[in-house]
Amino acid sequence: MTTRRWVMPSLLAIVLLLAVASIAVGRIVLGWNVWLEQDAIGRTILLELRLPRALLGIAIGAALGLGGAALQGYLRNPLADPGTLGVSSMAAFGAVLSIFLGAADLHPWVLPASGIAGAMVGMATLFLLAGVTASALTLVLAGMILSAIAVAGIALVLSLSPSPWAAGEIVRWLLGALADRSLDDLFISTPPIVAGAALILASQRALDALTLGEVGARSLGIDLGRAQWQLAGGVGLVVGGSVAVSGIIGFVGLVVPHLVRPLVGARPSALLVPSAVGGAALVLAGDVVVRLLPGGSEVQLGVVMSLIGAPFFFALLYSMRRQVA
Amino acid sequence: MKIDSRLRVADLTLERGERRILDSIGLQFAAGAVTAVLGPNGAGKSTLLACLAGLLHASHGNVDLDGAPLMSLAGDERARRIAFLPQIPEISWPVEVATLVALGRIPFRHRASDAENAAAVQRAMQATRTTQWSQRPVTTLSGGERARVLLARVLAGESDWILADEPFAGLDPAHQFEAADLLRSLAAQGHGVVLTIHDLALAARIADRVVILHRGRVVADGTPEEALTPTTLREVYGIEAQWLSVRERGTPLIAIHGRHAG
Repeated sequence: MTTRRWVMPSLLAIVLLLAVASIAVGRIVLGWNVWLEQDAIGRTILLELRLPRALLGIAIGAALGLGGAALQGYLRNPLADPGTLGVSSMAAFGAVLSIFLGAADLHPWVLPASGIAGAMVGMATLFLLAGVTASALTLVLAGMILSAIAVAGIALVLSLSPSPWAAGEIVRWLLGALADRSLDDLFISTPPIVAGAALILASQRALDALTLGEVGARSLGIDLGRAQWQLAGGVGLVVGGSVAVSGIIGFVGLVVPHLVRPLVGARPSALLVPSAVGGAALVLAGDVVVRLLPGGSEVQLGVVMSLIGAPFFFALLYSMRRQVA
Repeated sequence: MKIDSRLRVADLTLERGERRILDSIGLQFAAGAVTAVLGPNGAGKSTLLACLAGLLHASHGNVDLDGAPLMSLAGDERARRIAFLPQIPEISWPVEVATLVALGRIPFRHRASDAENAAAVQRAMQATRTTQWSQRPVTTLSGGERARVLLARVLAGESDWILADEPFAGLDPAHQFEAADLLRSLAAQGHGVVLTIHDLALAARIADRVVILHRGRVVADGTPEEALTPTTLREVYGIEAQWLSVRERGTPLIAIHGRHAG
């Protein structure tokens, strides 16, 4: 496996480069000398806008990439993704509900906690609707149902709210973005993402064993009930924690594991960390692209991800059509 | 190598709704022999094997491994002692053959060193002659090749017991004999081998002991000659069969003449 040794260093180098690009690029381009000059505006842009934005891109991209790799491994299905399966929508619904009910104003942790609760309800519903041994088709349909309910819920709640910007808010949640986020957003989303990642990484053995199916995994001594709750909790935390801050950024968890698999092999545990790093790279890249596109107002990151991800999903479905049916 | 291990089921009953899949089964298996479990479709063979592997809870009765209830063992411990080859093996991802075989070492993580695990994987692949494919995605292999790789996965655990649910299904005669010889040699090395099988002649050839299940009960238990009598075969399968020149040329042969009339 000597050819695979370069994969992680390369992915990390790409993330580093993109992070630098993400800090530099925008309506005002920051140069290397922003540190040296006595440029108060440049420094404010760097510390209060660009740096949080780049760091959030890394955290959220890693969360979505890891969540996707974990879901695919557990469900043994390359079409699984927190976005396509409606887990992200449920997280956004939870977050929106907490804002609408005024609970989010009580404490800064209420918002991410509500997002996490929504994501976990989504995971539990998904397991109930589709089960562990579900076919790809059942799973995708279950995800569609969940998404439909969550999106309708978000639109309903925001329409009922007294805010005059309700329509804009709906778009902001359904098509996520990283613009205008602060370090506070980073501080509330990072702890759940780290905790969820730890839970997911602790279930590596179960994910690998599931390569042999449910019976095969149990015969290898794996407690599948425990693995299920560990993963529901882990994916709920990473997705809920990230969506509560960025809104729904779809397809990252679908695209990244698929791109990483040829590089590191198909063993589910081997995919987890590279998918997290690859997710960070993809979200950073998308977030640089939205700033480079011409036009008066910045395009939402969720739009770019869907433009890349949806055709990708279609191609994947097309190549799998015999297995799916 | 002599493994002194006993797997025992006592008064084992398993019900699903109204149906009794297994009905008060009592059996004892000792390591160092191949036991073939036979019976018509739906007789309870796979269910019995899954109970022996600790994968199904019985409604009453219990399964003991060397005197300890199987269900009281931690999952890892049980998996290190009993390896199980499912009837319809699943392979969800196009992992490389060596990676798939190494899954058999999952119960040993934190117990054995990486070098020990790698050595066990090597031995299992040599025994099944799958080493040449070690870097190939398992999904590119033919059905028969895949079956050998899955057997290697089971052997990689180097467990005292190997339980295989229809290990020969889907293999051509040459590969059937090859797999059968491998299981026989494992029993000769001291492992306990219990398998389910449909092919009467192959069972007679490879098994030291044959257990016949019918409607969830044990109806015959003994050497192949003792268990596979024309009377039992008529009762259980509704077929007319007879032993031909027993052990002539060293291989027993069962001829099936047709369905039993009446």
